[in-house]
Amino acid sequence: MPTFFERRQLVAPGDLLAEGNYFAGENTFKNEEKVYSTSIGLVEFQERRVFVVALKAFYVPRVEDIVIGGVIDVTIGGWIVDINSPYPALLRASDVMERSYRPQRNNLTSIFDIGDILIAKIVSYDRTRDPLLTVRESDLGKVTRGQIVEIVPSKIPRLIGKKGSMITTIKSETGCHIVIGQNGRVLVSGKTVENEQLAIMAIQKVEEESHTSGLTNRVAELLKERSGR
Amino acid sequence: MSNETLINKDGLRIDGRKLHELRPTKIEVGVLSNADGSAYIEQGKNKILAGIYGPKEVHPKHLERPDRAILRCRYHMAPFSVDERKSPAPSRREIEISKVIREALEPAVFLEYYPRTAIDLFIEVLQAHGGTRCASLTVASLALADGGIPMRDLTAACASGKVDGKLVLDLNDIEDKKGEADVPLAYMPNLDVITLLQMDGQLTIEEFTEAINLSLEGCKQLHVLQKEALKSKYISVREGVKE
Repeated sequence: MPTFFERRQLVAPGDLLAEGNYFAGENTFKNEEKVYSTSIGLVEFQERRVFVVALKAFYVPRVEDIVIGGVIDVTIGGWIVDINSPYPALLRASDVMERSYRPQRNNLTSIFDIGDILIAKIVSYDRTRDPLLTVRESDLGKVTRGQIVEIVPSKIPRLIGKKGSMITTIKSETGCHIVIGQNGRVLVSGKTVENEQLAIMAIQKVEEESHTSGLTNRVAELLKERSGR
Repeated sequence: MSNETLINKDGLRIDGRKLHELRPTKIEVGVLSNADGSAYIEQGKNKILAGIYGPKEVHPKHLERPDRAILRCRYHMAPFSVDERKSPAPSRREIEISKVIREALEPAVFLEYYPRTAIDLFIEVLQAHGGTRCASLTVASLALADGGIPMRDLTAACASGKVDGKLVLDLNDIEDKKGEADVPLAYMPNLDVITLLQMDGQLTIEEFTEAINLSLEGCKQLHVLQKEALKSKYISVREGVKE
């Protein structure tokens, strides 16, 4: 039962990764005892599970994910939010209103209007229906300040790092407050624009070099060097 | 047929290639920043650009499929891609090629993963010199892979045909027009599946079988180039960091 690549080696779609008693994990598929890659990415082997960390991907909604989205439409019953995925998300008016919601009385645009940026959580989603959002939890709701960076969604785990090591480094070195949306959007808000710019630069470096090793140390060094000036 | 010969007495073709040799091919991936995925190919004098968008919401809504994504493909030749200006409106030929390219790529893409969405593929032929449908397919499959769309394999495509009574690989424009036959073929090498097979002209059954095998060999060579192009985008970053 051989494997055909080493850990963290770059693979392309259709590359044969392993043969025999292996499970096909993320971004792979199995055909007659053979596991192939479906994406350009880095291959990983965990016990008998083979998966690929994609280097380019788009966001597919998952229940319980925190996402950052922009309101693109206001309807009778709520808002339509672009969450950077193939499917637009819905936020119901009843989710925001204290009591029963009456379209005749309440003006939805006075709460969220087109162009507003929201931090929200996905409460339900399946293949037949568009994702449904909520903002009724602490730290969710309209974004009033800060800057947003977009990165490839599959690199969010790398940005967080092992036990949050990468993101903690960036936060402490720049003094910025950072909210990570699982859909690849990251909100950075700091005391000064310079701090925000520094954090954004670090985040973009992580995205670009996500498939290299020793990245957390390099990012920490870079931030120390820049903030020292 | 014509008095000028397409293969000289040394067995070389009009562009100096051997009978079973591909045109010099250069592939680049991720060349467009606005598209979700893109790729560019130069195969001999062919220059073709491909870009993709999606998966995204389907408009018009009635095209939506509840169980899978739809793949929409436009093969288009620029007005300046040929000797005489070509009308930019889609011709009968372009519409047909769009269809065969779409059908050749569909088996490679996991369309069932993203129901109710559309993937839009645009292929722009900047300069044409024979065999553009195959080169377009080769580059389109890379654009899809660059866009992060899950695929079973990269699809490579290549034609072979009969010129001056001899079977040759990867026909150029002159060989295609003056030759006796042309067999374009698209192939997924890792899965060993043929997804496009056409023929224009006349071949015996033996010649046809040999032409298919010749095209398959060409596709395998192209597939190696495809993988290199796709990976080189990321390998260069890794090397830059190590220095």
